[in-house]
Amino acid sequence: MSSPNLTAEQIAFQERARAWLEANPAPETDLELPLSPLELATREQVEYYRDWQRRCYEAGLVGADISESYGGHGHSGCQSIANREMSRAGAPFLLNTVGLSMMIPAVLAHGTEEQKRRFVPKALSGEEIWCQGFSEPGAGSDMANQQTMAVRRDDEWVVNGHKVWTSFAQFAKHMILIARTSREHKYDGLSFFLCPVEGHPGVTIKPLVKMTGELGFNEVFFEDCVIDDSLRLDDVGKGWTVAMTVLTHERGAAEGAGGGISSVHPIERLIALARSSMRNGRRASDDPVTRDAIVQQAIAHEGLRQNARRARVPALNDHPMRLRMQQGVLATELEQSCARLGVDIAGARSTLYKHDAAAPENGYWPLAYMNSYGFTISGGSNEIQRNILGERILGMPKSK
Amino acid sequence: MIDSPPRDFGFGPDEEMLRDLARKFLDESLPVEKLRVLVAEDHDSVYERHELPRWDEAMWKKIVELGWSGLAVPEEAGGVGFKRVGIVGLVEEAGRHALPSPLVATLNATYVLDETEGASDWLARVAQGTTASLAMTNAEGSWEPSEGGVSAREEGGDLVLDGTAYFVQDAFKAEVLVVAAHCGGDRALCVVPTSSAGITLVPDRIHDLTRDQATIRFEGVRVAKENVVSRDAVGALERAWPSVLVTVAADLVGCAEWQLQTTVQYAKDRKQFDRPIGFFQAVKHPLVNAMLDIDRARSLVYNAACTIDYGDRDEALKAARMAKSAASDAGAFISDRSVQLHGGIGFTWECDVHIFFKRSMHNQALYGDGIYQRSKLAETMIGEI
Ligand SMILES: Cc1cc2nc3c(=O)[nH]c(=O)nc-3n(C[C@H](O)[C@H](O)[C@H](O)COP(=O)(O)OP(=O)(O)OC[C@H]3O[C@@H](n4cnc5c(N)ncnc54)[C@H](O)[C@@H]3O)c2cc1C
Repeated sequence: MSSPNLTAEQIAFQERARAWLEANPAPETDLELPLSPLELATREQVEYYRDWQRRCYEAGLVGADISESYGGHGHSGCQSIANREMSRAGAPFLLNTVGLSMMIPAVLAHGTEEQKRRFVPKALSGEEIWCQGFSEPGAGSDMANQQTMAVRRDDEWVVNGHKVWTSFAQFAKHMILIARTSREHKYDGLSFFLCPVEGHPGVTIKPLVKMTGELGFNEVFFEDCVIDDSLRLDDVGKGWTVAMTVLTHERGAAEGAGGGISSVHPIERLIALARSSMRNGRRASDDPVTRDAIVQQAIAHEGLRQNARRARVPALNDHPMRLRMQQGVLATELEQSCARLGVDIAGARSTLYKHDAAAPENGYWPLAYMNSYGFTISGGSNEIQRNILGERILGMPKSK
Repeated sequence: MIDSPPRDFGFGPDEEMLRDLARKFLDESLPVEKLRVLVAEDHDSVYERHELPRWDEAMWKKIVELGWSGLAVPEEAGGVGFKRVGIVGLVEEAGRHALPSPLVATLNATYVLDETEGASDWLARVAQGTTASLAMTNAEGSWEPSEGGVSAREEGGDLVLDGTAYFVQDAFKAEVLVVAAHCGGDRALCVVPTSSAGITLVPDRIHDLTRDQATIRFEGVRVAKENVVSRDAVGALERAWPSVLVTVAADLVGCAEWQLQTTVQYAKDRKQFDRPIGFFQAVKHPLVNAMLDIDRARSLVYNAACTIDYGDRDEALKAARMAKSAASDAGAFISDRSVQLHGGIGFTWECDVHIFFKRSMHNQALYGDGIYQRSKLAETMIGEI
C-alpha cells in the first residue's frame, strides 16, 4: 500500500506498528470472548484485555500522540495509523475505551497539570478503567436534563442521584461524571467530575441485564457520595462544554479505537451461512432474493470502506466533515442489517440461541442482531446523529 | 497489475483542475434557468409536436474546444488518454448540470473503440471532436454484449449490415455509430457514419428532456473493411464495460447531488406551520438518508474508476457494478424525495426537479439498474445458480 501523504515519522511508525503486530499476535485463550467491549462480562475477560492493552501500550500503539510527560509516546499524527494497523491485523479491541477516547481528550483539553499527570498514564496502560456517567432515567438524548445533584461543602462536593446504562462501571476505578451544580440554568448549571467509584463510599453499582440475557451495563446510585474539589474538571458550570469535548471524541472512536470486532469478513460470513442453509428446497445461496440481499450488504460494506478512503482526499470532499460524520451511523446500521440478514438466512435455525448445541455459529446471528442495537442507541442515537447531520452538514433548522 | 491502486484514487492536481474548470464552465454556461429555457420551456414541442429534445450546439463546440469529448482517447491515437478517475470527475459535473450533449455517449463509444486493434483512425477523429454512440442493444433492451439486433454478411471484402439497433443514446447527436453486429459465429465491431446510405434513425419518444434516443434501422449498409475495427466485439464490449458503467454512475451521482442540494434549499426556504419544513424530521431525516446514499455511491464511483485505472479487470467490473447499483438506487431515492418534498409545485412542469428526475430515471435503467447489477454481482461473489 503506497502512502504518499505520510511524513517520515509516520512511515517509520507504521512500519514498526505493522511489524510488532505481526510478531505479537493476541495470546491464545480458552475464554469465550465478547463481540465488543460493551459485552464484557467476566473479570477473566477483563484481565485478558487489560493485558493486551498493556502490551499495545508498551509497544507504542496506545497513547502514540500523547506527550511523554503524561505517559504517552510523543508522536504526532500516529494514533490513527496505530488504530488502522490494529484493525487491519484483526487485533483484539482495547479495553479502556472510555478512558482512552473520552476521559483523556477531556482531561487534556480541560484538566489541570496535576489531573493530567495523575490520570492519563494509568488509563493508557489499562491499569485504571474508566466508565461514563452521563445518562440518567430522565436524561438520555436530552443529556442536559441532568438531575443528579452535586452540592458544594467547603472543598468537597456531595453527590446524590442515579445514573443508568453505565457500561464498565462494574470494572471501573473512576467515572467521568456530569452532574447538576445549579438548578437555575439548564446547560450552564452543569459541572464535570473525575469521580472515584471502585469501593468509594456512597456509590452503589447494580448490574442491568440486557435484552440478550447477558450482563453488560449497570445503574449507579449516588447517596451522599463525597468528591474532593480537586477532581472537578474545568470550572463550575462548564460541565456541558466538557461533555461536548467528550461526545465529539466518542463517536469518532467507534471506528478503529481498537481491533476488529470480528476477524471474519462479515460478507464472507453471510455467504458461508447462505451456502449451508436450506430455503424452499434449495440452498439459500441459490435463492435470488437472498442473493440480492447479500450483495446489497456487500455494497454497503464496500461503500463504508471507500467512504473512509475518500474522506482523506480533500479534493473529493466539498464539506470537510460531511463524510466523517456519517461513518458512525453507516457502520452501526451495516452491522445491524448484516446480522439481521443472517437471522433471516438461518431460517428456523435462527431460533436457536447461544446454549443450544445445534445453533449455527453458537447463536451468533440472533445475538449479534440484538447486540447491534447497543451501537445504534448508545453514544447519541442514530436519530440524533441524523439531526446533527441534517443541521450541521446540510444546514437545515434545528429540530430541538 | 502495475501497482496497488493509490489511496487517493489517483485523483491528483490535473483531475482536480479539469473538474473545477468544468464546474465553472457549466455554472456559467448552463445555469438551471438556462437549462429550463433550453429543454423545458416549450412543452408542446416535445409533447405535442414530438420534436427532438433541444441541446445547445454552440456550447458543445466550446466543449469540443475544451477537449472533453476526446479525453478518453489514448495518447498514441492523438488524444490525452485521461485517467478514468479524472473523467468521472468531469462527468459528475455534467450530471450535476443535466448537460444535454453527446458527451457520455461519445465517451462510452470511445472506451469500446479503445479496446480494439483497428480503430486508431477513428479514435484520432474522436480526439478531433467527432461524436459517437454505441449501437449494440436489441429490442428487449439486453445489456449483454453477446446479444444484439444487427447482423452482418461479407460481400466483396466489405460487410453489409441489416437489422435494428435499439435504445441508442444521443443518436441524433452522434456523427458515427459503433455497431456490434452478428457475423457468423462472431460479432464484428463496425464504425459507421450515421449519415450512411441505408441507415434510418427513428426517434424514441422518451421522458428525459436532456438527451435523445433512437431505434436505428440498418438496410444493406455497406461497411468498408477498414471500418470493421474488430472481429471480437463481445470482448471489446466486455473489456470496456466497467468504464461504461462507471461513467453513467458518475452522471447519476452528479445529478443526485443537484437534487439533494435543491431540495435541501427548498426545505430551508419553504415555511409551513410557521417553520421552515426542514425543521420537521419527516423532511430532514430522509434528506440525510439521501446524502448517505449519494456519498456511498460517489465513493464507489471513484473506487471503480481507480480500479479501472490501476487494478485488475475482474475487480474493475465488480467495483463498477457496485458503483452503478449504488448510484442507481441513490438516484431513485433522491428523485423520489425531491418531488415529494417540494409538494404540489414539485409535481409541476414549472419546477425544475422533473428535469433531473427524468434524467436520473433514464440513467438508472441504462446498462442495468441496481437489481440487475446485483444479480450479476451475485454470480461472481456467490456463484452461478
Ligand atoms: C449498550 C449501551 C451502552 C451505553 N453505555 C452508556 C454509558 O456507558 N454511559 C452513559 O452515560 N450512557 C450510556 N448509554 C446510554 C445512551 O447514551 C442513551 O441510551 C442514549 O443517549 C439514548 O438515551 P435514552 O436511552 O434515554 O433514549 P431516549 O433519549 O429516551 O430516546 C428514545 C428514542 O427517541 C429518540 N429520540 C429522542 N430524542 C429525539 C430527537 N430529538 N429527535 C429524534 N428522535 C429522538 C431516540 O433516538 C430513541 O430512538 C448506553 C446505552 C446503550 C444502549
